[in-house]
Amino acid sequence: MNAFGHFLRRPEAASIISLLAVIAFYVIFGGVDLSKLFGAASWVNFAANLGIVAIPVGLLMISGELDISIGAMIPAGSMTTAILSGYYELPILVGMLGALSVGVLVGIVNGLLTVRTTVPSLIITLGTLVAMQGIILSASVLLTGNASVPLDAPAWAKFVFGQLIGGSHQIIIIWWVVLTVIFAFVVHRTRYGNWIFAMGGDRDSARNLGIPTNRVTVILFILSATSAAFVGMCQAILFNSAQVSGGMNFIFNAIVSVVAGGVLLTGGFGSVIGIFVGTLTFAIVNQGIYFTQIDRNWSNLIIGVILLVAVGMNETFREKALSYVPKKKKT
Amino acid sequence: MTERPPILELRDIDKSFGPIDVLHKISLKVHEGEVLCLLGDNGAGKSTLIKTLAGVHKATAGTILMDGEPVEFNRPRDAADRGIATVHQFGGTFPLMSIGRSFFVGVEPTKQWGPFTVFDRKKANEIAVKAVQDFGITRINDGDRLVGGLSGGERQSLAIARAVYFGARVLILDEPTAALGVKQAAHALRIVNEAKRRGLAVIFITHQVMHALAVGDHFAVLIRGSVAADFRKNEKTREEITDLMAGGESMADLEASVEGYVESHEGRLPPTNADE
Ligand SMILES: Nc1ncnc2c1ncn2[C@@H]1O[C@H](COP(=O)(O)OP(=O)(O)O)[C@@H](O)[C@H]1O
Ligand SMILES: [Mg+2]
Repeated sequence: MNAFGHFLRRPEAASIISLLAVIAFYVIFGGVDLSKLFGAASWVNFAANLGIVAIPVGLLMISGELDISIGAMIPAGSMTTAILSGYYELPILVGMLGALSVGVLVGIVNGLLTVRTTVPSLIITLGTLVAMQGIILSASVLLTGNASVPLDAPAWAKFVFGQLIGGSHQIIIIWWVVLTVIFAFVVHRTRYGNWIFAMGGDRDSARNLGIPTNRVTVILFILSATSAAFVGMCQAILFNSAQVSGGMNFIFNAIVSVVAGGVLLTGGFGSVIGIFVGTLTFAIVNQGIYFTQIDRNWSNLIIGVILLVAVGMNETFREKALSYVPKKKKT
Repeated sequence: MTERPPILELRDIDKSFGPIDVLHKISLKVHEGEVLCLLGDNGAGKSTLIKTLAGVHKATAGTILMDGEPVEFNRPRDAADRGIATVHQFGGTFPLMSIGRSFFVGVEPTKQWGPFTVFDRKKANEIAVKAVQDFGITRINDGDRLVGGLSGGERQSLAIARAVYFGARVLILDEPTAALGVKQAAHALRIVNEAKRRGLAVIFITHQVMHALAVGDHFAVLIRGSVAADFRKNEKTREEITDLMAGGESMADLEASVEGYVESHEGRLPPTNADE
């Protein structure tokens, strides 16, 4: 009882409950065969690609900012890799470094504009989102004369970034899990995590207490743009080609995952594990629908309901966490 | 009167926001182990005055002295580094953080965990809980509780305990009792007395005369940005103080109660350079 109460006050509680609810719903109303669902690769692959971006996007939200430029950063990452190492036949390392550098660069631009102006980061990253789309398309057409560029990555790069484990599971799943562990450690176990939560709680107070709020903000923007570029790079290596389009879904999907994962839209509250579980939930709804007898078109309705329920639950859990009064003793 | 210079002294502080003149020639002193109550109606300039002391605003004219030496606060950090701590109406500013974590924002204790330097949650919680318990709030015994789950008085106490732990010498409390019920307010007042007993100088802002009388050693009434009265404990009755504060409403009362200099500024703005 006490342990359950304790669980309910954690930021990820809502996301774990909604994950179980979604699975139960699919089993009961969709006739899902659980062993088939858990054996399938589609939703895990989907979750991993999304999850790598969702974590830094969630951290930005915890710190009180938003980054939607990730939508353009996925194709930016894949196109940079493919143009450099595919079209110009430079070593794959150059392509990869190029892709990640573009991520760092856009992250710096987003971050500096956010800390130097009073414009909300939603608007700033909307600007860089559109600008990057233009740059990618123009650069691709100008340099290669095409909107799709083939890439033939060497075996080692395929092994590390574009392998299909067992012929079905993308290696990026492992990257996702490892990155989740690293992020969870840094955010919840080191002092830097404390700074992110303090910034989301009250940026001015955090700054007055000596936290380098501007630097932390810029670093978080670099992480989100670079993570998106990394996902794009892995996709180019896996699929042997890159397209200028795609990636826009990630904006919506990442934000839903983050909110379903228990991060408060207003900042200051959330957890990396919550974002991880939120991403899993979203992926199961979105891809698991194919394992049910439910028509595909209903999945958006379910996602909408989950989002609304998650926001409602986040509010309730937040109140619960705030109203926590310890029982008699027990220290 | 003490021999030693006051911890904090204001001499002829003026503050204007562009053409709006908010503070005129404010002169005040506060010594260690003393509570200065700043009284005044809404809009009198109390918050502006303490923001100037906290380094949020820069005075347009005048001098701030600490221990007899002139000081300059260009940003809140400068005031904080000199031991001036401000506690706002609602206490902690991070309601969604735990007691231990919020206590140490920016100065987190760490420990080695294998090759990694990690946040020492246990130590942070222990120190924070002990600090606030030393102020008599024994109900707080779990550093993992969220600050937002504490009562108003407990949050005030936590914020004050934190300021004291980090070496504050001057504690500025902006309307700490305004949002509290009777019992909670009594609680907060007890904490103020405890801070005073520990030798801190306390500047206590309020418009509740009863609360001021309960802890104050020294009182200043602010009316339209000027010190309209400056007196010590037992020099005036509660009724007189209430009249003084209300006097800001009518000119006649105002003129009767001011110490002389407001008059000379009436209707005339001192030359200002509005660089904010
Ligand atoms: N940043 C500002 N710019 C212009 N006027 C201000 C500013 N801050 C305060 N004032 C004015 O100064 C006066 C005193 O305000 P304040 O210090 O908040 O009073 P109090 O705290 O005593 O209620 C008010 O008339 C207010 O409108
Ligand atoms: Mg005020």
